[in-house]
Amino acid sequence: MIRVKNLNKSFNGKKVLDDITVTFEAGKTNLIIGRSGSGKTVLLKSIVGLHEVESGEIWFEDTLFNKLSFEGKKRIRSEMGMLFQGSALFDSLTVEQNVRFPLDMFTDRSSSEKDDRVNFCLKRVNIINSNKLFPAELSGGMKKRVAIARAISLNPKYLFCDEPNSGLDPITAILIDELIKELTEEYSMTTIINTHDMNSVMEIGEKIVFISDGVKNWEGNKNEILTSDCESLNDFVFANALAKKLRSSE
Amino acid sequence: MIKFLTQVGRYVLLLKKVFSKPEKPIIYYRQTMREFIYLGLNSIGIVSIISFFMGAVITLQTAYNTENPIYPSYLIGLGCRDSIILEFSSTVAALILAGKVGSNIASEIGTMRVTEQIDALEMMGVNSASYLILPKLVATLLFNPVLTLISIIVGIFGGWIAGTLSGVITSENFIYGIQYAFIPYYITYSLIKTVFFAFIITSVSAFQGYYVDGGSLEVGRASTKAVVFSSVLILMFNVILTQLLLS
Repeated sequence: MIRVKNLNKSFNGKKVLDDITVTFEAGKTNLIIGRSGSGKTVLLKSIVGLHEVESGEIWFEDTLFNKLSFEGKKRIRSEMGMLFQGSALFDSLTVEQNVRFPLDMFTDRSSSEKDDRVNFCLKRVNIINSNKLFPAELSGGMKKRVAIARAISLNPKYLFCDEPNSGLDPITAILIDELIKELTEEYSMTTIINTHDMNSVMEIGEKIVFISDGVKNWEGNKNEILTSDCESLNDFVFANALAKKLRSSE
Repeated sequence: MIKFLTQVGRYVLLLKKVFSKPEKPIIYYRQTMREFIYLGLNSIGIVSIISFFMGAVITLQTAYNTENPIYPSYLIGLGCRDSIILEFSSTVAALILAGKVGSNIASEIGTMRVTEQIDALEMMGVNSASYLILPKLVATLLFNPVLTLISIIVGIFGGWIAGTLSGVITSENFIYGIQYAFIPYYITYSLIKTVFFAFIITSVSAFQGYYVDGGSLEVGRASTKAVVFSSVLILMFNVILTQLLLS
């Protein structure tokens, strides 16, 4: 479980996160939704410690993460995996070297054990016969899957995904969503996903937090989201023409 | 002024991060070997070509400017040797490397920054500054002196070829000239300068790349800044080191 309490963050005097308090539940896919520029990515990067917060607390179980030293954070980070918006695969490394990187850096496993783990992770995300390819040779969907394989290579307890299906076609986006959901259940991870894709919300949103202009406006689950009386949430959920049509026909 | 001091402070803090204890020495060793190839071996060609032609030009210019029976012709060889050892192979070659290696480092690290690869490293708990910059520093500090020695040899060879083929000096006189009044300390002086310049090129370029904020346009700007700042600092330190080492 990850708890965020009264989190505040500004850039050049502009408040980006305003007193955010939320609990992300263990073993579930927790979604942070909101419009572009609403503060989703800043919240996610603040939780994992890539942004220093001004005030507030970030708890991983019973550990106050944002007050830990670099070494302390490193211990918690060994239990995290993250999928970045642009995949963030290392350009100079092949697919298998990318997945192997955390194993090389943080474990003392033998070379054959690492190879087995790499192959297992790649197979788990359906990447076959591409071990020697470089990221530049992969499609967008493949890059995301390799990035997921790298994120799960150390069996993380927490998985963070920043816009996992941005830039993907609808079918590949659904496959990525399903993969993340399956992995969350398989490894009982606490997964936090940033998205503005309503398909993802309806497919995998077990807990949903809606952010608007850096403020948490609503939280609930996918069954409650369509009947919410939160105006800003309704504007977001029913923004596209199809959703508007469906709503008016009800 | 405050902006300048802020930048200096950030540069010092980055170096502090770079020189912290490596997480896994074996990984750093592998990275250093990779950098030896990318930043060192891959620069041999350009350094050799430029050194060869510069040595040739220095010889021809010295010859045409000393067309006087008072001056013995072996002075052409001596002039070529000293110009190459004292200034060309350390300083001018460093300026060329600032263009090639410096822009390469700044754009590589800058691209990693804007594509979140550095965030990915930090996220895993890796000291990204040390992981990315320390191997490059070690590789250039160790390999640039080798490049300087290669440059000296190729430069003098270029001078000999140009001098003898154009007929401005005989082979015997040129060889006598490059041996005449040779001061071995000049080589040491040249290598000391090279080490300083290698540090400037790598650390300044890495600094520019590491703190890129934005997109591809900013990466390009960082790359240009890396070359400009490295070149200015090289020229500045050239004066300081020359005064300290030769006075």
